[in-house]
Amino acid sequence: MSQIGSFALLLGLALCAYSFLAGLLALVIKGPGSGRLGETGRRAGIASFAVVFLAAVVLVVAAFQNDFSIAYIFHHSNRDLPAPYKFATLWSGQEGSLLFWALLLSAYGLVLRLRYKTDVRLFAYASVIIAAVQVFFLLLLNFAANPFGVMQGSLPADGNGLNPLLQYPEMVIHPPMLYLGYVGFTVPFAFALAALIMRYPGEKWIQITRRWTMVTWGFLTCGVFLGAHWAYSVLGWGGYWGWDPVENASLMPWLTGTAFLHSVMMQEKRGMLKTWNMWLIFSTFMLSIFGTFLTRSGVVSSVHAFAQSSIGDWFVAFLAIIFATCLFFYVKNHSHLRTEHKLESLISRESSFLFNNLLLLVACFTVLWGTLFPVLSEWVQGTKVTVGPPFFNRVNVPVALLLLLLTAVGPLLAWRRTSVESLKRNFLWPAIGALGTGVLLVALGMRPWTDVSYFYSLMTIMLSVLVALTVISEFVRGGRVIGRHTGQNLFASMVQLAHRNTRRYGGYIVHFGVIVIMIGFAGSVFNQDKEQEMGFGDKMTIGPYTLVCQSYTQDDNPNYGSEWAVMNVFKGGKQIATLNPERRFYKASQQTSTMVANRSTPQEDLYVVYEGQNPETGKPIIKVHLNPLVMWIWIGVWIIIAGTVVALIPNAAPVRVPAPARMRAEPVGAGD
Amino acid sequence: MRIEPNLVSRLLLSSRAKRGICSSPPSKKVTDSSSLTLLGMTVFVLRRSAQLIAVTLAVFALLGAGDESARVNDLGHRMMCVCGCNQILLECNHVGCAYSERMRSELIAAVDRGDNDDLTLQGFVQKYGTTVMAAPTKTGFNRVAWIMPYLVLVLGLAMVTLIVRAWRSRPLVLPAGAVAAVHGAELEHFRDQARKETEI
Repeated sequence: MSQIGSFALLLGLALCAYSFLAGLLALVIKGPGSGRLGETGRRAGIASFAVVFLAAVVLVVAAFQNDFSIAYIFHHSNRDLPAPYKFATLWSGQEGSLLFWALLLSAYGLVLRLRYKTDVRLFAYASVIIAAVQVFFLLLLNFAANPFGVMQGSLPADGNGLNPLLQYPEMVIHPPMLYLGYVGFTVPFAFALAALIMRYPGEKWIQITRRWTMVTWGFLTCGVFLGAHWAYSVLGWGGYWGWDPVENASLMPWLTGTAFLHSVMMQEKRGMLKTWNMWLIFSTFMLSIFGTFLTRSGVVSSVHAFAQSSIGDWFVAFLAIIFATCLFFYVKNHSHLRTEHKLESLISRESSFLFNNLLLLVACFTVLWGTLFPVLSEWVQGTKVTVGPPFFNRVNVPVALLLLLLTAVGPLLAWRRTSVESLKRNFLWPAIGALGTGVLLVALGMRPWTDVSYFYSLMTIMLSVLVALTVISEFVRGGRVIGRHTGQNLFASMVQLAHRNTRRYGGYIVHFGVIVIMIGFAGSVFNQDKEQEMGFGDKMTIGPYTLVCQSYTQDDNPNYGSEWAVMNVFKGGKQIATLNPERRFYKASQQTSTMVANRSTPQEDLYVVYEGQNPETGKPIIKVHLNPLVMWIWIGVWIIIAGTVVALIPNAAPVRVPAPARMRAEPVGAGD
Repeated sequence: MRIEPNLVSRLLLSSRAKRGICSSPPSKKVTDSSSLTLLGMTVFVLRRSAQLIAVTLAVFALLGAGDESARVNDLGHRMMCVCGCNQILLECNHVGCAYSERMRSELIAAVDRGDNDDLTLQGFVQKYGTTVMAAPTKTGFNRVAWIMPYLVLVLGLAMVTLIVRAWRSRPLVLPAGAVAAVHGAELEHFRDQARKETEI
């Protein structure tokens, strides 16, 4: 098995190298045979997918066949590992996850190379750039982190097993989503660099890039929040985001990608920010690679310590090459990126995008800076410092609040220029609604002056209401106009409105999802927790809930042994649920893991952790968290996914409006 | 978060004990000499004032005692567990963790002793190293950590302002004869532009 896998990887490297060189020569050398040479390069790129896929299949089959002669399988699997996790073995260790990177990259490359007729020359350049990235990953797989390395000495009877933290259903989908996001940014990067190298005329490349970025951004969003949900469900500390370096690594390209999705509209609509967009895409791709470097190199300490090694130097070199290449072609061809129009007014959609980009990049810089500061500090003053949640929250929460404000105001601004009267007219009722919400919350007992976290929480809710009302008013206003012309009801009119300009209204749905998530975050200020040793019949009260320990049970299966508590939950004297927090002991890896019991409602999560037994008293320790509004975070993610899908649907055919000499057109579904 | 249940009551007792010592009345001979009346009045006022101050201080001490659990919560969230789990001290949930239990006890003891926040944190830094702090301090080189994001924000704002100014002052390039009627491809170009900007 290992020979087949190794051979497939070597063949993959040869094919990608050929795809790169042949494609490059075909583009550089203008001759009668260059077209055919380029075509062979494209086909070699397509074939690379088949061989990398074969290598991945071989590794998965080896996991299912318990082939412990392969070191990777020995270290990351065992005989009694359930089938879905054997499949997940592919990405649960370093070498496998690099193979998974290469597989997804070759899959993206396959799609791109099959769709080459869209724009033959642009796609040929992009294909060469993707082939170069493929070569890097296949070099790594062949010479630095080969997943098919064989065990030395006698063959072990069983493997070490998969890390218990990874034995959770979400780990079967979280890494693929995250990787689809990371790897996917290679495609917009390839198009952007291709357009710069060839001084691409027109804006078609940016439309192609935007769609790819949106798909990739959607995957990355899913990946980031699946990771948050996994941390919440498995790590058992009651939170979903700990500003761990590896979490930060996934957030950084998400922030720059978000900035690009906004600023790219200025290039499409107004021919502005061309240089900026180019570098945003370059930065997003480099941050994706940097994230992989952080995950793999062990340069910063992280709870994701299951994938550390010495391949960091490879990534540093690759990042340097990427940066040098981008800089070289930018210096050479920057005259091609001149802005076409002037900014006519400060109160305009253009300026709101500028500030939006500034805030997103400041947030990104803060995350990057905070992640790397321990390394810098050790280098400068010889002592390492910790940069944890207090730092990130203090700097990034105000930035996020400003972004929320811009999310509310931005859609009300028109391209070029907006009159103050128009802004007042559109902003008045949402602002009154937001202020009313603030007053109501204070009347209900929220005291923002007692603690800055309460202040932030109140502001988050108020600004979220502001955004929600502006989004709703945009839908209702446009829907009413369409309804007047077509006679449809308001809902049908709003659906038609969204279909006419899917990107704009899909974007609004995404904004709505974001504020739902923010409301979920705002609830964390009111978190409560309680820890207690609980024997049979012992009670614990937290908030409106009383938990009564009914019994403790043990179980055993080939993969793990487990202990769990049977806790009856009462509210208002009435039993409403039975929860079973669990603690598992995985036999192969000799490690423990918690399985949180969570009763989630829109109001709050009752999150119960069986922490184990007190070694002195032998009594089980139960920790209960009462986390308000957490469910809204996950609901918000679904709304974002829905909005992204809507934004990807092609627009309905544009409405042909006869143009009389002095027609007063109402701006329905105007702009983005 | 695990806090000793008798922490607050012990703090209250300690405060009461201190108050008792301060407010115990000294023995004093009373004279009816008129020359001493003014002095006596002064002493009386001073004594009453001292008692008032003592009572006020005690009240503040008592009020403060009610916040001890909040202090433990606050300080415990400003420190990391040093076992390598990368979690905030009060959020480390490893049963049998060699550090977090002990560190929490030490934190409660420090608050119990009446150490102020700086002293408490300094004690932890001395014992466990600088990595125990969950965020960089605001001294020395560590200040750079806090300054940089704001500096970048300010520089970014300045840059955006400059860009906006430059864009606004840029002369609008009008094609020759722009005021004249346009036809054909040029008209189609303008229509495309209008469509892009309005998407009607």
